[in-house]
Amino acid sequence: MWELRRHSARSGPARLLAVGSAAAVLVLGVAACGGSDNGGGGSSGGSGASASGEKVTVGLIVKRESNPFFVKMIDAAKKAAAENNVELITAAGKTDVDNQSQVTALENMTTRGAKGILIVPADSKAVVPAIKKARDAGVTVIALDTPTEPQSAVDALFATDNLKAGELIGQWAKAKMAGKKAKIALLDLAPGISVGQLRHDGFLKGYGIKDGDPQIVGAVNTEGDTAKGQAGMEQLLQKDPNINLVYSINEPSGFGAATALKSAGKKPSDVTIVSVDGGCDAIKRGIKTGVIDATSQQYPQNMAAQGVKAIAAAARGGKKPSGYTDTGVNLITADAQTGVASKDAAYGTENCWG
Amino acid sequence: MTTQPQTEPAGPPAPGVGTPPEPPGGAGRSVPKVSGDRVAQLGPLFALLLACIFFATQSDRFLTGGNFSLIVQQVMVIGTLAIGQTLIILTAGIDLSCGTVMAFGSIVMSKLAVDSGVPPLIAILVGIAACAVFGFVNGALVTGLNLPAFIVTLGTFNIAFALTHIYSKDETVSNLPSVMTKLGESFKIGSTAVTYGSLLTLLLFAIAWFVLTQTAWGRRVYAIGDNAEATRLMGIPVKKQLLAIYVVAGAVYGIAALLLIARTSVGDPNAGQSDNLDAITAVVLGGTSLFGGRGTVVGTLIGALIVGVLRNGLVLMGVASIYQVLITGILVIVAVSVDQLARRRA
Repeated sequence: MWELRRHSARSGPARLLAVGSAAAVLVLGVAACGGSDNGGGGSSGGSGASASGEKVTVGLIVKRESNPFFVKMIDAAKKAAAENNVELITAAGKTDVDNQSQVTALENMTTRGAKGILIVPADSKAVVPAIKKARDAGVTVIALDTPTEPQSAVDALFATDNLKAGELIGQWAKAKMAGKKAKIALLDLAPGISVGQLRHDGFLKGYGIKDGDPQIVGAVNTEGDTAKGQAGMEQLLQKDPNINLVYSINEPSGFGAATALKSAGKKPSDVTIVSVDGGCDAIKRGIKTGVIDATSQQYPQNMAAQGVKAIAAAARGGKKPSGYTDTGVNLITADAQTGVASKDAAYGTENCWG
Repeated sequence: MTTQPQTEPAGPPAPGVGTPPEPPGGAGRSVPKVSGDRVAQLGPLFALLLACIFFATQSDRFLTGGNFSLIVQQVMVIGTLAIGQTLIILTAGIDLSCGTVMAFGSIVMSKLAVDSGVPPLIAILVGIAACAVFGFVNGALVTGLNLPAFIVTLGTFNIAFALTHIYSKDETVSNLPSVMTKLGESFKIGSTAVTYGSLLTLLLFAIAWFVLTQTAWGRRVYAIGDNAEATRLMGIPVKKQLLAIYVVAGAVYGIAALLLIARTSVGDPNAGQSDNLDAITAVVLGGTSLFGGRGTVVGTLIGALIVGVLRNGLVLMGVASIYQVLITGILVIVAVSVDQLARRRA
């Protein structure tokens, strides 16, 4: 009985309650911090709607907060929000393929009264029913970067023309090789992903060849990853050590290829590497040093900024966004070829993401 | 000592935490720790209420029936996973495989029905059975070979993930028969739309509460977590019971798979990859001890709701979702600290 009494009412529940309330206070404290940090313009402590009568709420849902591509998007959206009297709410998944978190964010933003939601779909198909619900509730939904399946599931798509991105580096590579016999390595993304297929097809089109052309040594899937790009390049070099042109789906895989080529005793001048993306790191470590010879730069900042503006305009009585909007792509190289329009590394640095 | 009541009354809380069960007086005697848990539950409940009050003052959209219905919809999948997780954690185990096992179950159900033409109801049962088989494998390895649950379920986490992707060929399954998405549909209570899935989830919590607190089977779950050896000496077949707990947990993940399908209207092979940690978070926030033997399934429901309310409330306030992750992280540490303090006091 003594033991029973020692643990009873006083110390036990009191202590637990104390810690419980400490937890609650922490929650509120952090929430308050979050509130003041957010929004770009105007504090969002209150319910927002009554603030100016005109303020439009826009949601931005990306795949993951840690990827520099999406960081650039969020930054550009915040800036555009401040300029257009928009309250911006952002959300992201825990991984690149986290559909559930995106669905939850769509619902909560709809409840919040968002006029429009910009989303980079983690799963092009799985997110469609949730997008439909939001649109049924009167929200304008724009897909950024990646189309939904079907593309008509959203009001509009703001994205890079990936076929064109591939074509630009294909044309440049053709001019650079100047009639030399090419031995081509293709470092692809992964099967069944439209972005990878479009860039691949665009490159071949720009170079003026087709799949199965004898100049192609082989194609490997890299998932856009540096280590897998390196392993893939090593394999292809086993097949043919005389590879002199490398197409890479993005710069990380291109850097992986460069490492493999270096280990095989090749100089950067022996092999031409072309890529797509135009991240800041790639311009600095790749284009300026000649490790990567040319890249097609895309502009996540345009996708986000144009998306915010389009929704704000529509909410204030303008035209509702629809169809596909090309957010631009430029060839960046330190080695311009005649007949192929390109920008230099300085331009690339100024407009890069990451 | 013999004067100590066999079943502690609900009245004065007495967290006899961490102490081994009282000397066995017979196979029928169970060792409930329920009253102590009532206290441990007050902290989470208090945090949940405070969060609700705070958000109600910040957004006029928070305190509406529709919004609460939405929050329950958003936590139903994780909440259901967390029921199975609670059972296992109460035995001092852990299940890292719950999310990918659920994804496997959802792909089995949706593919069988859509691609193989199996009648939907049978496809659903096969999917739930597939999850129960995973539970059986987990339980058999933990009890038969005495392997740590952490390692066993880390293995089955990967196996379920791989099988999901192999079987689905990485493709999302859509155009599901309407029976499979029925739980995602709603009916009106007053002016509030409530989904059947939310009701099912709450019903599952009620059943789990009843089983854990009102049946001998449930009491044995606590007894094993408190002191498996003493429980064995009391004449309870510990291994058989543990195996049964893992199988039941697996079947519960199967029901979560159906809820997931109903909620998203697709079979998504990429679902569930981080749901194991979310489910464990809900269990821990609800005051259940990772050392086993102490905790309640009602606490788990509160834990899941805390996460859901934070996520919803912060978006309504216009705060980026990353702050929800930050706050949840802090709360987990607070919850575990509470548990540790309670153990030390005992």
